[in-house]
Amino acid sequence: MIHSRSRRNPTREPDFSSSKPFSPGGSSDGGAGAAMRLIVPLQGVVQGRGGLILGSIIPGALYYFFQLYLKRSRSAKPSSNPPSPSSPSAQLAGFSRTSSRSNLSSRGSVGPVRVSARANSIAEPNDSPYYIGLERTSEDPYGRLDNPDGIMQLGLSENKLSLDLIEKWISENLERSMIGGADGDLNISGIATYQPLDGMVEMKTAVAVFMSKVMGTTVAFDPSRLVLTSGATPAIETLCFCLADQGNAFLVPTPYYPGFDRDMKWRTGVELIPVHCRSSDNFALSITALEQAFNQARKRGQRVRGILISNPSNPVGNILNRETLYSLLDFAREKNIHIISDEIFGGSTYGSEKFISMAEILESEDFDRDRVHIIYGLSKDLSLPGFRVGVIYSFNTSVLAAAKKLARFSSVSAPTQRLLISMLSDSRFIQRYIETTRERIREMYVAFAAGLKQLGIECTKSSAGLYCWADMSGLIRPYNEKGELELWEKLLKIGKINVTPGSACHCIEPGWFRCCFTMLAEEDIPVVIKRIQRVIET
Amino acid sequence: MAIEINQQQPPQEVGLSRIAVSETHGEDSPYFAGWKAYDENPYDESKNPSGVIQMGLAENQVSFDLVEKFLEQHCEASSWGNKISAFRENALFQDYHGLQSFRKAMASFMEQIRGGRANFDPDRVVLTAGATAANELLTFILADPGDALLVPTPYYPGFDRDLRWRTGVKIVPIHCDSSSNFQITPQALEDAYNNAESMNIKVRGVLITNPSNPLGLTIQRSVLENLLDFVTSKNIHLVSDEIYSGSVFSSSEFVSVAEILQARNYKDSERVHIVYSLSKDLGLPGFRVGTIYSYNDKVVTTARRMSSFTLISSETQHLLASMLSDREFTQNYIQTNRERLRKRYEMIIQGLRKAGIECLAGNAGLFCWMNLSPLLETPTREGELSLWNSILGEVKLNISPGLSCHCSEPGWFRVCFANMSEQTLEIALKRIQEFMGRRRSQHRETVFGNSSFFRALQNRKQKRKKKFSKIRRP
Repeated sequence: MIHSRSRRNPTREPDFSSSKPFSPGGSSDGGAGAAMRLIVPLQGVVQGRGGLILGSIIPGALYYFFQLYLKRSRSAKPSSNPPSPSSPSAQLAGFSRTSSRSNLSSRGSVGPVRVSARANSIAEPNDSPYYIGLERTSEDPYGRLDNPDGIMQLGLSENKLSLDLIEKWISENLERSMIGGADGDLNISGIATYQPLDGMVEMKTAVAVFMSKVMGTTVAFDPSRLVLTSGATPAIETLCFCLADQGNAFLVPTPYYPGFDRDMKWRTGVELIPVHCRSSDNFALSITALEQAFNQARKRGQRVRGILISNPSNPVGNILNRETLYSLLDFAREKNIHIISDEIFGGSTYGSEKFISMAEILESEDFDRDRVHIIYGLSKDLSLPGFRVGVIYSFNTSVLAAAKKLARFSSVSAPTQRLLISMLSDSRFIQRYIETTRERIREMYVAFAAGLKQLGIECTKSSAGLYCWADMSGLIRPYNEKGELELWEKLLKIGKINVTPGSACHCIEPGWFRCCFTMLAEEDIPVVIKRIQRVIET
Repeated sequence: MAIEINQQQPPQEVGLSRIAVSETHGEDSPYFAGWKAYDENPYDESKNPSGVIQMGLAENQVSFDLVEKFLEQHCEASSWGNKISAFRENALFQDYHGLQSFRKAMASFMEQIRGGRANFDPDRVVLTAGATAANELLTFILADPGDALLVPTPYYPGFDRDLRWRTGVKIVPIHCDSSSNFQITPQALEDAYNNAESMNIKVRGVLITNPSNPLGLTIQRSVLENLLDFVTSKNIHLVSDEIYSGSVFSSSEFVSVAEILQARNYKDSERVHIVYSLSKDLGLPGFRVGTIYSYNDKVVTTARRMSSFTLISSETQHLLASMLSDREFTQNYIQTNRERLRKRYEMIIQGLRKAGIECLAGNAGLFCWMNLSPLLETPTREGELSLWNSILGEVKLNISPGLSCHCSEPGWFRVCFANMSEQTLEIALKRIQEFMGRRRSQHRETVFGNSSFFRALQNRKQKRKKKFSKIRRP
């Protein structure tokens, strides 16, 4: 009772005299008298005489005053904002620093000026091997001619295989010009002014058409359901801001793309709950596991807002089949949550299995579409990560309305849009490009998997993605995360190859590594194999 | 899971986040309502000469021909050239450090705008897709949800969205009015800070726009010095949005906070951050190019990482790096742009004066701050809104009412002049002059019509008329 009153009116004097049975006279006596009045009843508690009631009320009152004192010296947070669960210690540290500084402020500035708790956690040095590996490789990158002893990049899932096709198109159609538009138009007046911040209409149309083609689906993507962002990274963050509040959670099947930990959590304050998949099922998604994770979250008092899947999956390279997608939709409807389907590798398929987009399922079946949202981008399928083009595709008009307004914080550059509109509208080129890329990825996959097999390293049978999921558990000692990270370090330092260890992807089984092979040329494969061999033999 | 007794349960609507359903984006305010009116009936010289003229968009089209000419004459600047690797590297480049050549070019451009009075280190330049993203990013870094930034009024209406929506940070206004020529007084600053404290809100920084939007006026050196001392004494941050720094009519009149820091030998500089963009000065808002320049290492590191959510296309970086590194182009551009904006400003001031309207004496920006308070029926928000509505409806001009900029004095309006041709501006001014003319004669009729003396005069005139008419009839 007393505590709730104090929270509502922190500056009000405590209603002490009217509610307490014992006389307030003690407070006017001065220090020693008051102390005795407190201590004696407490002694009574211990001695079991009369003071039992006072002995319990007085500590209660002391506790109440102590809380009140703390609340006054600490700044009260408005009750509408829940405290951030991600870094409470950093926040408290921030508070104590602030209060000491305000006392000394009259003496001039003392100590460094404070940044937010969010900033503090982001500023911390990278501890994920995913990012450490990328950093080290960028400091000493392999070059066949200029730096043959450098680190070979197998940790970044980017596709370099078909860049030559794109380059050729640009030199033939735009004379290598960055601002060239259709009909060789070099005028920039149409693209310099403010454009719709969620993407130009022609760009949305061109991207929608491309998505259908590259995913090999007859389903047409509706341009009015697209929001364009500067890359898939902001696309997923923006969606997160629309679907969940700070402290809410998403269920994510493991192993998952290490970037999600940053993209989905950094600024949104949302949590990711891993749902573990195992090699015994070929890392397939299990609805039972989802159900378990959902219930456990509910017991903890954590509100789950949705499931985040990547399909084709990263890092494993699985394509989710129709039944799994149906089951997922049923599960989401039962729990009344969202589904985010990251389909950024939808065009990078090379196996016999056909990729099925969520859009296709929703077209043919009568599921409620308001809960499904698709993420896409041109970084993987079109090999243009530098140009920053990402897509949010949603069937929910409220989500689209909010995402459209939020796109202003991450818009696609207009000259880039114009260049891509020309390119994507060249249907003959796009068709040829898609076929050639697919073929080249498959060739690399076959060659690379075979090379690993020679070393006794098996990969999962994947059908998509720009990487393979290799089982090096036989090479790690001990059989746990520590052993895995030791092997990763050896591969990086001695072998000079950067691969991504499964622990960075939250894989529950140690020893798995993601090896991206589309940054290499075919002649680099034997070099990679030899280097791995060198590490194994050490 | 509950046992399903009722098989025909209606589908549950899946919920969205608080951010998604909140109104903090502010797109229902009059600032944006005028835009809707413009979208529905846009002015066009030939096709729709009676349409709404857009004077609410701060876009710079006066010097665009210079950019076009440069690109025409320097094709190699806007192409990937014949080096095979150039395109490939560019296509794959997504490093959040940004292209070094572009950062260098930006730093040098910012120095040139300040007449070489401040130095900028390319390694402190963080790139973002537009100043909108830069301001939001800085807010994420400097303040926690529930904290506040102090912002002098009147301010750019977009700040309500950019600084508050996703960040959960509040804005506490520093009230400025015509009595101090809308400059920030030490008293107003203290009042705002104490106001926040009394609401138990932690102030994390002050955010100023210099030159100011919507005032079109640079902040005086003494005010900047005072601001720096204030933020130092409170140990908070200072964000200076200098997006209009290249649009000052005379180079000597702009003092950047960077200059003051340099003069103070960068003492206490780790609390200062500058936002810049090419959207206004270069007239390239579609390109989405913004920067954060921070004197604080931690902020630079954090901002860089956070910029992953708002990277500039590598193609755009490459293109602009060539253009901004060409000193001949940039010097000529900066000078010519200044001159042309000044001419436009003079044109609109004279035109408004002819209509009997006074503006705040400005020296920068793409707009002027017009005083229509004498026209208000009542000196209130409602009076201002009703006047704004009649200007939108009768005169068919979309201008920005002061209340959307949180101005504490009613009757002020922001009028943009750089987003149209000179002919269109002439037409807009003529419409205003005619409107004012109509208002004055209406006012005269009302005043004279209501006076008893003139009513008596009118009666006698009428009586005499009747008498004469009676006589003349046969």
